[in-house]
Amino acid sequence: MKKTMILGAMAFAGLAAGAASAGTLDDVKARGKLNCGVTTGLVGFAAPNANGEWEGFDVAVCRAVAAAVLGDSTAVEFVPTTGKTRFTALASGEIDMLARNTTWTFSRDVDLKFEFVGINYYDGQGFMVPKELGVSSAKELDGATVCIQTGTTTELNLADFFRSNNISYEPVPVETNAEAQQQYLAGACDVYTTDASGLASTRATFDDPASHAILPEIISKEPLGPLVRHGDHEWGDVVRWTLNAMIAAEELGVTSANIGEMAAGTDNPEINRLLGAEGTLGEMLGLSADWAKNAIASQGNYGEVFAKNIGEDSPVGLARGLNAQWTEGGLLYSPPFR
Amino acid sequence: MSTLTDPPNESFRLSMLINDTRYRSLTFQVIAAVILALCIWYLGNNLIQNLRAAGLNISYNFLSDSSGYDINQRLVEYDSQSSHAKAALVGLLNTLLVAFLACITATVFGVVAGVLRLSNNWLVSKLMAFYVEIFRNIPVLIWIIIIFTIMTAVLPGPRAFRGDNATSSMLFDAFAFTNRGIYTPMPWFEHGLFASASMNWLLVIAGFVGSWFAARRINIWANQKQEATGIRPKTTALILAAWLVPFLVLMLVMGLSWEYPELKGFNFKGGIKIGGPLIALWFALSIYTGAFIAENVRAGIQAVSKGQTEAASALGLRPGKVMNLVVLPQALRVIIPPLISNFLNITKNSSLAIAVGYADITATLGGITLNQTGRAIECVLLLMLFYLTASLTISMVMNVYNASVKLKER
Repeated sequence: MKKTMILGAMAFAGLAAGAASAGTLDDVKARGKLNCGVTTGLVGFAAPNANGEWEGFDVAVCRAVAAAVLGDSTAVEFVPTTGKTRFTALASGEIDMLARNTTWTFSRDVDLKFEFVGINYYDGQGFMVPKELGVSSAKELDGATVCIQTGTTTELNLADFFRSNNISYEPVPVETNAEAQQQYLAGACDVYTTDASGLASTRATFDDPASHAILPEIISKEPLGPLVRHGDHEWGDVVRWTLNAMIAAEELGVTSANIGEMAAGTDNPEINRLLGAEGTLGEMLGLSADWAKNAIASQGNYGEVFAKNIGEDSPVGLARGLNAQWTEGGLLYSPPFR
Repeated sequence: MSTLTDPPNESFRLSMLINDTRYRSLTFQVIAAVILALCIWYLGNNLIQNLRAAGLNISYNFLSDSSGYDINQRLVEYDSQSSHAKAALVGLLNTLLVAFLACITATVFGVVAGVLRLSNNWLVSKLMAFYVEIFRNIPVLIWIIIIFTIMTAVLPGPRAFRGDNATSSMLFDAFAFTNRGIYTPMPWFEHGLFASASMNWLLVIAGFVGSWFAARRINIWANQKQEATGIRPKTTALILAAWLVPFLVLMLVMGLSWEYPELKGFNFKGGIKIGGPLIALWFALSIYTGAFIAENVRAGIQAVSKGQTEAASALGLRPGKVMNLVVLPQALRVIIPPLISNFLNITKNSSLAIAVGYADITATLGGITLNQTGRAIECVLLLMLFYLTASLTISMVMNVYNASVKLKER
């Protein structure tokens, strides 16, 4: 791991070179490719499929941004990052944006100088245990050995939860989700804790998912979202509004199937502005007029992406819950396209 | 009468800096030094400017903030409310612990394998050659992971010890081998002389130091007697008494008893836990570096001329004494210097600990603390300082030892 440290230090040394140069938007256009940081592999969120192509919920955000900026959703270079390496990779300019189940926190936003452009998944930290242990609540975990991904907010939440409930535990720090899964299945730890969505996604890959239970306690708020470097507001706006376009498209009923006819012009002026038939929103962002149309046509709207990768009919099997549109009792609420 | 005149007293000219051999080397050294200084200044200045441009500044204030995370192996009192500095200390002690243990076992493995590789027995020497070539030619990280993976896969989990027809049972009801580590009974004192356990153990250590001095004293006394009278008094019983009596008295007075590990809830409680990551790291570093040390030992022994062995045998010394009194003392001079660098390697390689979740200083200060605070440069500088200090200290101690065994020129 020493190598990572030194790379990190070097990356930090070259930090301002990235930050002070021309905007990331121009860099991406000149390069013809978007460098997007993702996880090292979390089924449903970001993982290579059988053909070696990255796919998943977070990957779709990367691809949508590439489609909006470059008009080509395949012009993405995916950079796998661990919980430890992700921030240095972004700060150093190695990646243009990070879409990796990253929790929006005060210190990451303010102290680490990043800009969270929005929330694409409202999550919370949960616990998974083998059913044979007979545990029905996280408060019964006194003395348990807990596998935890190091360098994440979950590590701190875990310490807080056990301390406030006055019970003890023994942490087993691991680097990646795959490592945690291996240790958990080998019985080197009793419990695996991470974001509830991550637990569901990990459990979906087990041979026998039914013999593992996710405990009812959700011990934290984990708003996950894509982020960019602080200070480059043009680029931040592009990523933010691409995400908003996907959310707004679901609300407005624009899907990858009907987008062709919708783009020709509809009675709803907001759809027209979104898809570039009216107004100059694309130009304001420094993109072509059909930026949002490209993004939605390639990936679908938020609801389609959710259903395809992590929804109830997918192996991960997550309900929309908090991630439903505000009109349906959820928290998804895109500012208007005006 | 002398016709020779003094050489002309030339005044210094600038071209002499290049053309005159007296100054030339100095010139180039000054130029090299200036270039080096400029490079360092450029890099340092670049770093400072870039940090300022990014709105970051170097500050160590975070060290006193509470860390917020827990560590599984703690040699000192620590919880998630302790400071980042305390977390770094916990990691530092863990690093020193595994480095110390691995240095000792690697030396034992190395010396045994090195000596046996020179054995006249074909099978033994080939087996040792096999050990050396296999272990030193595969990266140590892979050894760490292999050993850890085998341990977690082969050994039973604590759950296997539960129930009436448990699939696993404890050895002598005292030792439990699980995939999370090995649990052994822990000695403690029922009525110690001091309130704190560590003070009692210090007392025991002090007892041993006293015994060592007493044993030395007995040897000196026996030597004097032998030189004066020619007869060496029997000292075995006396020395044994010097070691055992104070120890036994202390144990009796303080009431030594054992705390046995017991399966409670999810894990074994009580006793001493030697965690799986520590075992994997310790063992991997030992066998890996042991292979290198074996080669040093072999080289050292082969560096002693065969005439020495033959002369010692001619004097009537037995093979064991030939090795201990004649060959090894001379071989040590060749063995010690490379042994120092092997010890340094162990200390530095222990930073691979995070691969198996062992909380060494690279994992706490350089891993979690760095990540949670984002203070990369500060943490890495501290890490560099620590490894540098540790390595230089090991070097110094070993150099002192080297000076004591090297050829004394009188």
